Amino acid sequence: MADPKKKTMFQKIAESQFLKSIFRTGIPHTRRQRMMAVLNNVFLHLHPVRLPKHAVKVKYTWCMGGLSFFVFLVLTVTGILLMFYYRPTVEYAYGDIIDLAEQVPLGIMREIHRWGAHLMIITVWLHMFRVFMTGSYKPPREFNWVIGVLLLVLTMLLSFTGYLLPWDQLAIWAITVGSNMARATPFLGHEGPGAALLAIGDINLVHAASDVRFALLGGRFVGEATLLRFYVLHCIGFPFIIMIFMVVHFWRIRKDGGISGPT
Amino acid sequence: MDAFKSIINSLSEPQIMFSFLVLVFFFIFPPSDKLYRIHKKLRLDLLWTNVGGVFIFTGLFVFFGLGVTDENFRLIVTKPDNVPIVGLLFLTIFFLWLSMKQGRDNDIRLAEGQKPNEYHDPEDKVLVWPDLVYIELIAIVLCSILLMVWSIYLKAPLEGPANLADSPNPSKAPWYFLGLQEMLVYFDPWLAGVVLPSFIVLGLMAIPYIDSNRKGQGYYTFNERKTEISLFLFGWLLLWVFLIFVGTFLRGPNWNFFGPFEEWSLSKVVPLTNINLSELVYVRWLKTGLPDNIFLREFFGISFVVGYYLILPPLLARTILKKFYSKMGIFAFSMFVILLLTSVTLPIKMYLRWTLNLKYIVAIPEFFFNI
Ligand code: HEM
Repeated sequence: MADPKKKTMFQKIAESQFLKSIFRTGIPHTRRQRMMAVLNNVFLHLHPVRLPKHAVKVKYTWCMGGLSFFVFLVLTVTGILLMFYYRPTVEYAYGDIIDLAEQVPLGIMREIHRWGAHLMIITVWLHMFRVFMTGSYKPPREFNWVIGVLLLVLTMLLSFTGYLLPWDQLAIWAITVGSNMARATPFLGHEGPGAALLAIGDINLVHAASDVRFALLGGRFVGEATLLRFYVLHCIGFPFIIMIFMVVHFWRIRKDGGISGPT
Repeated sequence: MDAFKSIINSLSEPQIMFSFLVLVFFFIFPPSDKLYRIHKKLRLDLLWTNVGGVFIFTGLFVFFGLGVTDENFRLIVTKPDNVPIVGLLFLTIFFLWLSMKQGRDNDIRLAEGQKPNEYHDPEDKVLVWPDLVYIELIAIVLCSILLMVWSIYLKAPLEGPANLADSPNPSKAPWYFLGLQEMLVYFDPWLAGVVLPSFIVLGLMAIPYIDSNRKGQGYYTFNERKTEISLFLFGWLLLWVFLIFVGTFLRGPNWNFFGPFEEWSLSKVVPLTNINLSELVYVRWLKTGLPDNIFLREFFGISFVVGYYLILPPLLARTILKKFYSKMGIFAFSMFVILLLTSVTLPIKMYLRWTLNLKYIVAIPEFFFNI
């Protein structure tokens, strides 16, 4: 058959100066090249070069941590696309959502974003469940579990703030129900126990226009200011914070000795 | 068929379903050696074999398959925002089975003095390229396909434009918070919406510092970590997923209970005869009126709560939880008992409501302080 020394088209391209300048190693064939492929690439370098056998089995990790991260990336990309069309004002928000489905070509971005958000909550829960069932939170990984719980809370907050943005009945009432509970925060909500104690003479410090719910909503009701607040938190605030914690999470996985396993 | 449906409707009343689940729970996930032996004797560990898995999932699929032929059932499970919860239910049960199965397999190996299945020669490692990256690639591709198919076939819901003057009945929080909303049935908002969620988050964070068992790290096992796994699953499955499930599928207008095959009718009236502990004691039992003094009035409730948190922990430390106390030390033990007692308040209040129609143990509406 073909002359083994003769290079195929594919090999020629892969070994061209241009691709070599990007990937440095070329197609990894030898063990050394394969190690370099991971070491030389900033993204792959999140991984170690070599792993114990059980660590790459789907049976062990269920891929759930990795998929949570992947779905997060999908949400980031679709979220940016949605921001091109969506304006966070009471006047435009609802109409923009309708236009997204009806006027925008390939109008399933909103679907991908919404179902992706549900999916991320599910994958993060299952990831936590896997970590628990393999006892992977035990020393030295305690702190990474704590970071993980923060990631879980942030994931739900991201989803919660996004829920308001379509500005339909579903959105506004879900957020109303959710944020009504803040009224009852001890000391800080105007219907919470202890709030009446925070007073100077006859003047209550905590009332309907100064409690935590007011701070959250930017008003006494879910309205224009709430929409803007939730939009900013959803698109900038929480993504920014969750990314910082993810960086710490990933860093700590490596520093805590890589993925857990039996000794 | 209709008779069958109405049986299921009444069996899924929270009081019946919850009691049933709690009862079987501790045999399926035994927290102690004694219960573990009974679990083995009843052969319940066979659930965590391939045959058991087929059995569980056939049951689930048959129930859902027959269920969707019913109009009311179809209406709630196919509501776009509810679809993920149906998925979650199947996935939770699947991964529960998968982890328990691997745990059982390992327990058998460990009992024979072998290493767990996850164990490989530490020198014999694999390279990330290609062994891990191709698995990641496949996972990403499958996940993308799932997401795209889901998005193409299921439109994201959009109801009428927001209108604060027109509140839908029922108004529900997003599904992942429905556990909290369901707790509102039994607790005031400051507990259900603020204090208990904080306890959940802090409690989760505290797990690694409370759990002093160093065994069973890095592989699936049940036997070596029975107590931890049993308690965690109790909280996760029965006090969280179950409540979400009830809140999503079984709560209709006015947050009334509706069975899975029952029509959500606005006119269902459930008599509300809830009373407070103070009324129960002073009016019903002692047949005197309520005292005017708040502290006198709430004396019994306050003593109950104080006793629950101050007297019960040392008592438990001397009796049934003695082993834990000596192993954990006072700090971790206090944290553990407070979290445990707090999570048990939910079932306690559920049962007080179902049996005595009790609303509040301590009721001081003057200060918005109701427990
Ligand atoms: C946005 C959410 C999260 C992302 C993207 C994420 C990502 C990851 C990834 C990629 C891994 C590597 C192993 C694997 O895939 O299982 C991992 C491991 C880990 N995660 Fe997460 N995670 C998240 C949330 C959580 C949560 C909620 C917890 C726990 C409460 C948690 C605790 C841990 C721990 C302890 C490890 C080390 C496990 C081991 O060594 O076996 N993470 N995470």
